[in-house]
Amino acid sequence: MIKQWFKSGSPWIWLTASAVSVSLILVFGLLLLIAARGLGHFWPATVWEYDYKNQDNSVIRLIGEVHDEESVGVQRLREAGLTIEGDADVTRYLLKTGNRDVLGQDFRWVLKPAIQEMRTPETLMAVERREWGNLYGYLDAVQENQQTVTVGKSAWESLQQRLQRATALFAQIRALEKNEIGSINYGLERLRLRERSLELENNTDPAKRESIKQERAALNADYADLQQRLMDLYSAINRDQMIVTVSTGETVTVPLAKVVHAYQPNAMSLFDKLGFYMAKVWEFVSDEPREANTEGGIFPAIFGTVMMVIIMSIMVVPFGVIAAVYLREYAKQGPMTQLIRVAVNNLAGVPSIVYGVFGLGFFVYFLGGNLDQLFFPEALPTPTFGTPGLMWASLTLALLTVPVVIVATEEGLSRIPKSVREGSLALGATKAETLWRTVLPMASPAIMTGLILAIARAAGEVAPLMLVGVVKLAPSLPLDGNMPFLHLDRKFMHLGFHIYDVGFQSPNVEAARPLVYATALLLVLVIVALNLAAIAIRNRLREKYRALEN
Amino acid sequence: MTDIKQTSDASASNSTPTHTIDIEALTRGRNTQQIADETSCLQIQDLNLFYGKKQALHNIDMLIPKQRVTAYIGPSGCGKSTLLRCINRMNDLVDGVRIDGQILLDDQNIYDKSVNVADLRRRVGMVFQKPNPFPKSIYENVAYGLRLQGVKDRRTMDHVVENALHSAALWDEVKDRLHDSAFGLSGGQQQRLVIARAVAIEPEVLLLDEPASALDPISTLKIEELIYELKNKYTIVIVTHNMQQAARVSDYTAFMYMGKLIEYADTNTLFTNPDQKQTEDYITGRYG
Repeated sequence: MIKQWFKSGSPWIWLTASAVSVSLILVFGLLLLIAARGLGHFWPATVWEYDYKNQDNSVIRLIGEVHDEESVGVQRLREAGLTIEGDADVTRYLLKTGNRDVLGQDFRWVLKPAIQEMRTPETLMAVERREWGNLYGYLDAVQENQQTVTVGKSAWESLQQRLQRATALFAQIRALEKNEIGSINYGLERLRLRERSLELENNTDPAKRESIKQERAALNADYADLQQRLMDLYSAINRDQMIVTVSTGETVTVPLAKVVHAYQPNAMSLFDKLGFYMAKVWEFVSDEPREANTEGGIFPAIFGTVMMVIIMSIMVVPFGVIAAVYLREYAKQGPMTQLIRVAVNNLAGVPSIVYGVFGLGFFVYFLGGNLDQLFFPEALPTPTFGTPGLMWASLTLALLTVPVVIVATEEGLSRIPKSVREGSLALGATKAETLWRTVLPMASPAIMTGLILAIARAAGEVAPLMLVGVVKLAPSLPLDGNMPFLHLDRKFMHLGFHIYDVGFQSPNVEAARPLVYATALLLVLVIVALNLAAIAIRNRLREKYRALEN
Repeated sequence: MTDIKQTSDASASNSTPTHTIDIEALTRGRNTQQIADETSCLQIQDLNLFYGKKQALHNIDMLIPKQRVTAYIGPSGCGKSTLLRCINRMNDLVDGVRIDGQILLDDQNIYDKSVNVADLRRRVGMVFQKPNPFPKSIYENVAYGLRLQGVKDRRTMDHVVENALHSAALWDEVKDRLHDSAFGLSGGQQQRLVIARAVAIEPEVLLLDEPASALDPISTLKIEELIYELKNKYTIVIVTHNMQQAARVSDYTAFMYMGKLIEYADTNTLFTNPDQKQTEDYITGRYG
């Protein structure tokens, strides 16, 4: 019976199907894991108030969000200097108390047995701030121009209204600083460089210097105007502040200019919480980071990653396709071309950090240094291209992934039937025309495959990037409104590096972990999106160039 | 009736004077006069072809008459396709090929170093055994050669494409779907499309390498009718396995065996009253 079953071929079907299932389960399991761990980060958590019995038997009030829970052996606690009764394992909570300006630290461990009473007061407020992290406490009063305006119950509505106004003002201030004042600064810097290059050329033409002076005067006048507007906005935004009582009983004054959100999580309905959640997720994706990348959004990292992948693709596809065309179509097939192919394949196995070192030494220092000497001498000793930046990072990754594109393209070219080439040649086309008009279009699905593999590899590589262009916090995006719009010499942020930074360089690694998962999820989604786009294009090309059925 | 020798001298003096044509050796049939009388389009002179060390064509001498259909017949491996591919230098694509001798197209040796091969192939078109349309639309297939020559004007292209498809007797079947993929056509239609593509650039010579052998009898008939029409404008050389086809379609037939030209005469004579015994054996089916 068993023998019959084996002979029928069923075992093979089961084996292959189970291999596919395991792969799918692994992939989806991974996605679910990081989604579950990461997406929970944005849900407005309950804020607890504890009456906590300290080691010295005094009872204090603690306020905060519970971030983690674990069971610890009594022995370990005793070794840490705590006196515990009994021998059972003790549960403890990681409480995010916030209020770093008052308490000195964001987190503390609390032992569950020592909690005498737990409460979730509805009026307990959580405040996200631009500095000093979160704040938890009770709203006392709202002040305008240092005068108390509202207290008690109506203070909450007043607070929300004023907060809306403050947020709008803040957006205006940011826009003014970043865009308008930013471009004036950019213009002034360009003028300085022009002046310097005139100096280097020993050009004493008074007309040129005069025009520079005039432009500078114009820019400075604009700047003065903007400064004035900025001052007005600042004084407007600094009008309001709120008084909050924190867990220790102290009162803290918080200017509304420094507040991002203020909410009462214990009083929120499910609907409110969902709305808040959506808003937070959107903020995560579209905002800039705060607090050493542990708060705020990761938009610059997303932008940097996508920008780098796009520039890398633009570089790697022509390079790889031309190399493959040469190897297959023009080079004489012999030991030399075989050697080149072996070398190309081996290049794919080189560890990526080695590419990073090569990129640093050759591209950044050698090429970049020379470019600076030739084209940007006026900026020296500050390097323009002689320092890690977007272009060198993209180029390094292009080099990293070019073997994949070459191999995929060669494979595609070899599958094109000879009859199509002969048909084209017989009509009087040269070899180059045949390649350009018929053969390469037919090979385009294979080229897209190479590109997909290249994107998949490059988007995830972090090690080489750390050496050639990625930073923890980039002051501006590589694409902005100032000429030449795309700044290839700027440093940029990258999702992969961001994960590393948040996961390992944060003040509190454990508390930052949900953010790590969230960023990892986003990285996976970005790569999936890029891949899906490329696959969609490839499918359309495949339909168009379905090969002759030979 | 012009004297044979005179004709040969005349043609010899017009061509590159390195080789005097021996008409007897050239046309081994009784009506050598008939071939010599025709205006010649191509002259193959003492052609030898080597694949590495192996010789595939031995001393081929041939005159191909203008605006007539010449057929090459012979058993498999006798070199007829190889000879055909020499005429538009497609054998250049094969590694290790060496060609001695000349082929004169309008009195110019196509194997001369100064000849632009792409130009040559525009004047000498080819249709292959298996239809090989490009993975483009029907219109783009036919317009391919025109685009190569830099034609951009839409109206000119439309006009030429339509004419070419008429010449290939395909217009009525595809006029409503010019921009559909060429792969949607049947085998016979694809072959006619390839013929349309070849005639769109108005070559002087059309080389057909077993054009109907991959097709069904009805399509074969259509292709044969087409050849009959096309010979009014083009010189046609056709390689075929099918002797009946050669008998139906061609004006002149050459019988080849083992890389040598055995007999070359007008079709009627070759099939009814061949000169060489080998030819007779082949035709009557004693081997082949």
